[in-house]
Amino acid sequence: MEYLNLILAILFQLAQLLLVVLLAPLLTGWVNQCQAWLQNRSGAGVLQPYRVLRKLFLKDAVIAHNASPLFRVTPYIVFGCMWLAAAIIPIIAVDLPFSQAADVIALVGVFAVARVFLALAAMDIGTAFGSLGARREMLVSFLAEPALLMVFFTASMISHSTQLPRIVDALAHHQFMLYPSLAFAALAFVIVLLAENARIPVDNPTTHLELTMIHEAMILEYSARHLALIEWASSLKLFAYISIGIALFLPQGIIEAGNWAGMPLAIALLLLKLLAAGAGLAVFEAISAKLRIFRAPEFLGTAFLLAVLGLLIHFLLGA
Amino acid sequence: MQIPLSLQFINLLAALLLLIAFAMLTQRRILSLINLFALQGFVLALSTFVVAYSASQHHLYYSAGLTLLLKVLLLPWLLHRLIRKLNVRWDVETMINIPTTMLVGIALVIFSFNLAAPISQLSEGITRGLIGIALASVLLSLLMMLTRRKAVSQVVAFLSLENGLFFAATSATQGMPLVVELGIALDVLVATFIFGIFFFQIRETFDSLDITHMEKLKDD
Repeated sequence: MEYLNLILAILFQLAQLLLVVLLAPLLTGWVNQCQAWLQNRSGAGVLQPYRVLRKLFLKDAVIAHNASPLFRVTPYIVFGCMWLAAAIIPIIAVDLPFSQAADVIALVGVFAVARVFLALAAMDIGTAFGSLGARREMLVSFLAEPALLMVFFTASMISHSTQLPRIVDALAHHQFMLYPSLAFAALAFVIVLLAENARIPVDNPTTHLELTMIHEAMILEYSARHLALIEWASSLKLFAYISIGIALFLPQGIIEAGNWAGMPLAIALLLLKLLAAGAGLAVFEAISAKLRIFRAPEFLGTAFLLAVLGLLIHFLLGA
Repeated sequence: MQIPLSLQFINLLAALLLLIAFAMLTQRRILSLINLFALQGFVLALSTFVVAYSASQHHLYYSAGLTLLLKVLLLPWLLHRLIRKLNVRWDVETMINIPTTMLVGIALVIFSFNLAAPISQLSEGITRGLIGIALASVLLSLLMMLTRRKAVSQVVAFLSLENGLFFAATSATQGMPLVVELGIALDVLVATFIFGIFFFQIRETFDSLDITHMEKLKDD
């Protein structure tokens, strides 16, 4: 019985690994499709990201003469980091074997590793836009990271653990409570999600104007399979952030240890939540305007403020 | 330890009150400021109602109704009318450094939570944890009065300060006697009228509602 459970857990972990990497472009496609509908366009369909990936993988890569090995290896590191992050977040079941690999603080570290390599690779070629993008990305992320950590600390404080499975367990499977502190943390997390995934108030993912780019400016020099991997990693990052949001603030439906029969329902609920989150993201982007780059610190400062307030309120009210 | 659901709800509303206080502190547009004030009044009325229900204090129902009538409907309507007549509806206030203001706000919140901790030990009501939040929103409104330059937003800050005090009263002591509450409500209403008259006077004298002009009023 023990063995069977372990084998099942490992099987489901592998299934989740495959599921996230295959599902992530679909989520991006869904967000883009929602945006197209909101802008009265017919849109390219939810499968468009797969077509783009296929096209990019079939092309021949062009690499600048002065590129160092760092430039070549970065797409693989970034993709690996994001895949790891998306795979260890409990989205279906709480006690999968890989989820012990990193707690929330290490998870923030995994995101940071990917970001550092991307910024270094952007500066590696020595073009003006690359280093401009890298600096902007660092400006945004060094403000977003403390806010993200504070959000995690609030959730950890409530559940007395920094392990994501334990947090989900404490929030989803114990008696229902209203947590004002988590409401603050959720608001802060949404702001961090928008900033870290280069979404509209901070960055515009569809822009063609180099001067306003942040994330896109960093990857201008990449082509073919390298670009495909980076695009795929961006999809995985969005997927990972949304699933962190689900795990922290909407964990109902994630199944408990050993309850494999609840799996179909858990997967259905997960898909529903992802659909809702993607549509919500598209609506939020449709109703907000891009901020000037120097307003971004104010926006992210708000996230930090909200997260700290959540922490303080937890201390005061114990909830 | 399981907290009753009504108290959880009050806690949530208290947190919302604090959030709105911060939103007002950082809001640049006068119109949105007034809308936020109306929202704050609504949250206040709701929390008073829940306290009334959970502690079965019947006179609190009246004060919840009074709050709803006065602070959600009447005062915002008056203020809307006022800014329309003064033609400052779309004014954007030039404020000093919003991130700094927010950091000072956080420091104020920490200060008031610490200050309220021993006080709330003395209270016996179900909602004693909320004194800190009430105190924090009062101090945030005070900060807002200090950092604003336009007269209208200072008045909104004053009114939201009264909201904070009212919240402290309902959460800590289950509300004041109804006579006192009626008196305060009347005072606030009259104050708003008087402020309205002041606005017109200020504008007539200085052609603007920016109170920095008042520094020119010197007796030499």
